[in-house]
Amino acid sequence: MNKKQRTMLIRILAAAALLVALHFLPVTGAARFFAYLVPYLLVGYDILCKAGKGICNRQVFDECFLMAVATVGAIALALWEGSGDYTEAIAVMLFYQVGEWFQSYAVGKSRRNISDLMDIRPDYANVEREGQLVQVDPDEVTIGTVLVVQPGEKVPIDGVVVEGTSTLNTAALTGESLPRDIQPGEEIISGCINLTGLLKVRTTKAFGASTVSKILDLVENASSRKARSEAFISRFARVYTPAVCGAALALAILPPLVRMGALSLAPLWGEWIYRALTFLVISCPCALVISIPLSFFAGIGGASKAGVLVKGSNYLEILSQTDYVVFDKTGTLTQGVFDVVGIHHAALAEGQLLEYAALAESASSHPISKSLQKAYGKELDRSRVGEIQEIPGHGVLAQVDGHTVAAGNDKLMARQGVESIPCHSVGTVIHLAVDGVYAGHILIADVVKPTAKAAIQALKAAGVEKTVMLTGDRDQVARQVAGELGVDQVYSQLLPADKVEKVEQLLAEKPPKKKLAFVGDGINDAPVLSRADIGIAMGAMGSDAAIEAADVVLMDDDPMQIPKAIRISKKCLGIVYQNIVFAIGVKGICLVLGALGIANMWLAIFADVGVMILAVLNAIRALFVKNL
Amino acid sequence: MKKTYKIDVDCANCANKMEDAANKTPGVKEAVVNFMTLKMNVEFEAGQDPKAVMETVRANCKKVEDDCEIFL
Repeated sequence: MNKKQRTMLIRILAAAALLVALHFLPVTGAARFFAYLVPYLLVGYDILCKAGKGICNRQVFDECFLMAVATVGAIALALWEGSGDYTEAIAVMLFYQVGEWFQSYAVGKSRRNISDLMDIRPDYANVEREGQLVQVDPDEVTIGTVLVVQPGEKVPIDGVVVEGTSTLNTAALTGESLPRDIQPGEEIISGCINLTGLLKVRTTKAFGASTVSKILDLVENASSRKARSEAFISRFARVYTPAVCGAALALAILPPLVRMGALSLAPLWGEWIYRALTFLVISCPCALVISIPLSFFAGIGGASKAGVLVKGSNYLEILSQTDYVVFDKTGTLTQGVFDVVGIHHAALAEGQLLEYAALAESASSHPISKSLQKAYGKELDRSRVGEIQEIPGHGVLAQVDGHTVAAGNDKLMARQGVESIPCHSVGTVIHLAVDGVYAGHILIADVVKPTAKAAIQALKAAGVEKTVMLTGDRDQVARQVAGELGVDQVYSQLLPADKVEKVEQLLAEKPPKKKLAFVGDGINDAPVLSRADIGIAMGAMGSDAAIEAADVVLMDDDPMQIPKAIRISKKCLGIVYQNIVFAIGVKGICLVLGALGIANMWLAIFADVGVMILAVLNAIRALFVKNL
Repeated sequence: MKKTYKIDVDCANCANKMEDAANKTPGVKEAVVNFMTLKMNVEFEAGQDPKAVMETVRANCKKVEDDCEIFL
């Protein structure tokens, strides 16, 4: 609660107490009027002032003006009719102020809550100077400085670990609660929390260019990109208030005139003016205008807590309408690294076969040799390898432990006069022959991410109609992966430019109301990301290009984040629509009831303040995305 | 040129009015008010002095909503 809110609260409470006290005080006539004027002015003087200033600045239709007219009108009516019932006017003003106070409190509170959620900004960096650790402002740290990050501290700036091993908590960035191990030589990203060991980090970026600054900047500015429903509401509010005021004026004048002129009845001015005044109380568009941006803000805040960065309210809106999801295969649905997935027809022990293959390929820097070495898992003793002969397009011939080992494709086997057994599985196959005898083959393939299949199913459950996979890989590989994952459609052997073309073709084929999302790893698919209705980059921790090109950035590379992002957006948009329908609906009903004389000022005040409070509380629900 | 200013305003509708007023000010190409973060992003037309333009923007905003502030 800030100072402004505290004074307001005191004013509200004092006025309410006075009002109750006056109720039991037997004053009449002019004394009663002046006695009631005290709580009225106490709670509403600023509104009257603002209304006056508004008229001077020719801004007539603001809510202060409406409240001033409604309450002054009600008091005047009570004076004229001699009923001495001023309570209603004061109560209206009082409730209006309570509503304003609550709104300001709730918005301030959620603003703080959401900023706390995104509290990844490091306050300081530790620099070693003359043997002493000094805390400095991260902004002042130059590139190449060695920082010390103690256990429990946030990594302030992106860099490379030069000393120490530790585990990192990346939950604030990715929403992933499993800690990550880190070793010297590995890149480290700002915003992670160092859990166990002391780390020395050489910075590779300035603070302003670090991941943490980029994310904060992105999320803070996200709600500036307004969604269509948000723009609709501001347009609506612009028309709504003057329209209701006009209607109120008509309601005050026309029915009495008609009654007098055409029906020869008593005009009942007081009654109709009262109805018109209730109109004015209902006419404030505040509930709508506050709850929509608040819902989006809370939705974006909640999403970023879960590791889904949405660059704007508009993107959150489009994401919720996604019907087609197009994936890039490598790095998105698959790991993008090649692993040994099988050893078939081995004439030797599988381990020995792998050892021979790894040794034979040990001189090569090809990714295949790397995955062989990785699968072998032990240090290679290169002294066991004699002469190596590399035959381009075929493979290698190497002397290992005095044996001639041939490792390569079927062409190499044919060339060596060895009959090879073809592999039925999909991937890269390395045949081996030892001393001219076929020894089996090793299958190397890109591995599908463990959650990819569940993610496709979850997408379907979240209402996505069609999933499409694009890849540069061979058709056979693409089909197998697509079949395994349950992807509806697959296009293979595409060059990067073909991917843009395919997405354009898909965009042209779909009905315009349905939205197409493209999911890529952000490395070489920036053009496709920007071409789709919504571009989702995943595994973006530390990749600037991806953060730049995409509309939605998934910090983790877990495909399960995609359905999660869609569910978050659907929940948020659901709340937005609920609030729009609820607020407009209640106000509409109250307007009709007010015109018919059924609704009094109390109901009108509920239509204004009550609806706003409920809408704000509903909006805050968008923040809770953990169990989605 | 684009600049971001901190603002202070109490109600969401008032923020919308400020946005309107800022957009109508000469020299402003586009202004977006973000009520949730209390920030105003202003894109100026080429060759305009942001300082002078923002003074007018502030005066215009005060006209539509007395109780607002732009921190220049």
